Amino acid sequence: MVDVPLGSAGVVTAPDVEDVELYHPHSWVTKYVFSQDAKVIAIQYAFVALSVGLIALVLSWLMRLQLGFPGVFSFIDANAYYQFVTMHGMMMVVYVLTALFLGGFGNYLIPLMVGARDMVFPYVNMLSFWIYFLAVFILVASFFAPGGPTGAGWTLYPPQAITSGTPGGQEWGIILMLVSLMVFIIGFTMGGLNYVVTVLQARARGMTLMRMPLTVWGIFTASFMALLAFPALFVGAVMMLFDRMLGTSFFMPAMVEMGQPLDRNGGSPLLFQHLFWFFGHPEVYIVALPAFGIVSDLISTHARRNIFGYRMMVWALLAIGALSFVVWAHHMYVSGMNPYFGFFFATTTLIIAIPTAIKVYNWILTLWRGDIHLTVPMLFALAFIVTFVNGGLTGLFLGNVVVDVPLSDTMFVVAHFHMVMGVAPILVIFGAIYHWYPKVTGRMLNDGLGKLHFWVTFLGAYAIFFPMHYLGLMGIPRRYHDIGDMAFVPPSAHTLNAFITIVALIVGATQLAFVFNLFWSLRHGREAGGNPWRATTLEWQTPETPPPHGNWGRDVPVVYRWAYDYSVPGADQDFLPQNQPGPTRATTGAGHG
Amino acid sequence: MAVALILVLIAVGSVVFHLVSPWWWTPIASNWRYIDNTIIITFWITGAVFVAVILFMAYCVYRFRHQAGRQAHYEPENKRLEWWLTIVTGVGVAAMLAPGLFVWQQFITVPDDATDIEIFGQQWQWSFRLPGPDGQLATSDTRLISPDNPLGINRDDPKSQDDVVIEGGELHLPVNRPVKALLRSADVLHDFYVPEFRAKMDLVPGQVSFIWFTPTRTGTFEILCAELCGVGHPQMRGKVIVQEESDYQAWLQDKAPTSFARLTPDAMSGTAVPD
Repeated sequence: MVDVPLGSAGVVTAPDVEDVELYHPHSWVTKYVFSQDAKVIAIQYAFVALSVGLIALVLSWLMRLQLGFPGVFSFIDANAYYQFVTMHGMMMVVYVLTALFLGGFGNYLIPLMVGARDMVFPYVNMLSFWIYFLAVFILVASFFAPGGPTGAGWTLYPPQAITSGTPGGQEWGIILMLVSLMVFIIGFTMGGLNYVVTVLQARARGMTLMRMPLTVWGIFTASFMALLAFPALFVGAVMMLFDRMLGTSFFMPAMVEMGQPLDRNGGSPLLFQHLFWFFGHPEVYIVALPAFGIVSDLISTHARRNIFGYRMMVWALLAIGALSFVVWAHHMYVSGMNPYFGFFFATTTLIIAIPTAIKVYNWILTLWRGDIHLTVPMLFALAFIVTFVNGGLTGLFLGNVVVDVPLSDTMFVVAHFHMVMGVAPILVIFGAIYHWYPKVTGRMLNDGLGKLHFWVTFLGAYAIFFPMHYLGLMGIPRRYHDIGDMAFVPPSAHTLNAFITIVALIVGATQLAFVFNLFWSLRHGREAGGNPWRATTLEWQTPETPPPHGNWGRDVPVVYRWAYDYSVPGADQDFLPQNQPGPTRATTGAGHG
Repeated sequence: MAVALILVLIAVGSVVFHLVSPWWWTPIASNWRYIDNTIIITFWITGAVFVAVILFMAYCVYRFRHQAGRQAHYEPENKRLEWWLTIVTGVGVAAMLAPGLFVWQQFITVPDDATDIEIFGQQWQWSFRLPGPDGQLATSDTRLISPDNPLGINRDDPKSQDDVVIEGGELHLPVNRPVKALLRSADVLHDFYVPEFRAKMDLVPGQVSFIWFTPTRTGTFEILCAELCGVGHPQMRGKVIVQEESDYQAWLQDKAPTSFARLTPDAMSGTAVPD
């Protein structure tokens, strides 16, 4: 290895050669459209994902209107309702949350936080975004296809997904959905390889793995998991496409459709469920782990305190990532699979609660004896803990096989997964946007609007999903476009449904304040400077804000310490940037740097 | 201050909501009281953890809020504390998992004296088949389904002669007698769900799944489909009527004319009318 001389300011001095001319983009198109700069790609990903999120938000309004006021809105018939449910679910899980955390935050933060100039394969990175864009285009196109989008539920269970009793089953909907997913997975694989290889290969000098910010650890682990999990969905999609278009019987047993025997035989509907959830459960953590990582950094920065138990946090992330591959069938306790699987999957599922609980403890122990600044990002981080703990604990109901039996497929499940992988990660996304917007644009988001956005979103989401558990406990099934008359459902439950709908409308409308804030602050926000939160991690130490192509100007930073040197005793300020030389933590008495 | 107060209100409010809300499970009508008990244990443990975590957060937000001159405590880790918390969490998890697995063992172990019945789903109605006096169901196959054999029962099986078929109607069951329900679907996934029984299981085309329970209370209960099965999913309803043994037998006698034997051409000649 070449011994690179260290500059006095903690930078690697570049050899004296001119900036390579071909490296930088020269035209508007290569700078903003077919850009190879990870930061531009990140913004493209985030913009498209947030746009899809707005579509999904409107779909959720339409669903809630039907559930809160059944029969009032005649255009929401059963067909339309199931199409809205399906598209809302698939959009949010895959095209919004996965794309935003990995494609958006991953692209922006990984190179900056590990001290790289860019992703290691910039051209592939560009392709990744445009293929994602194509996947979104195909997905949205299904709204305009004959028969409309698929209404099979986001789980797409066959045979229902490809038969005539389901919207889009014998039309274009399901085909476009499957093709869109396959395209998405191809695009994601390009991005995911980039994120993993960049973390492993392009870290700045001194940035050991155990000095990386937890944000990078979370995104890195999630990307690695996604590379392993998405192929299961890919083959499932290929097989179902064959079943739908070529008449194969991968998932189709002998069956009778609306009185007519079908020429199918021997396929297994359960096989698809195993493939789907082999992807689908890790997917939950693909969304959760980046959120875990990001929220750790938000809490640490805004509480001016080192993250508590850093090494335990890293190991917990990895343990959760690994365990999440052996819990998938807890989605299938009442699927008719061999019931003895229940013992195994209930045990693995509840074991995951242990590393997850460790993370929660360490977040709140970071607050303990901190110097807590209740900034907007910090408020979102606190709200994340509330909703995540709530949703995580109800997961202990659903994971514990026999408790799942009465609750499975009821509104309890809907409330649980929205709380834990809907509301909680989205609160982190909001917190993260308020936190990093100054780096991306050079300006702060408006604080007052941010607080309004925060309180309505947090309290509203809690008021929507907390009572919803009790509808499920009572026995109201999910995926009913009209509850109708059920002897065991009292009138008060319908009132509760109407209440939930009204709150959902208010919370949704408040997101417009957020969108407005994003655009308004671009021009009118307060000037942020390079490091408005006085944070330690490398992205705040760039010579220019917003960072230009190549991030670091002439010299790449050198890392001297971990990411959490806040309030170090004896230091002259309450944070020590990672690239600042000087007393390391070893001399302050702590053990591992 | 306000933030800490709101956090306290969320913790306390959630508990109060849990205690006073009118929305709670239906009175149980089967032997699965154990499931309810396990849920109650889980509510206690998780509720305590939730309140403890949120209140601790509220305390920190109040006690360690930023003030001039405050400096955070620098302490990267505390091995002792971390291990203690891990162990306590492990114990709590075990306290929920152990009863859960114990009850699951019961849930999947069908008692020897359970009577086989069949629950049959198709888009979008429930049908049922009860064994006649022989107490046994005949074999069946989806490929045998036809307008005059809606459940695809194997006519060559002698046990088919006395099977009672109820199409799109109501399931009658005697109280306090365990039943093993064999679940079949003609087309897509369905799920047999009676909230008062707590039990639930998917009907999967191409295979026979099962569930067992003992109705413990007479009355009429709603059967819902709990697995999305197409646009008619919410309309796929049925009724289960749990009766005293004598009422049940009287009903069964009444139903004898609709037994499978009566539906078959051979039986029309009148030799094999079941008792």
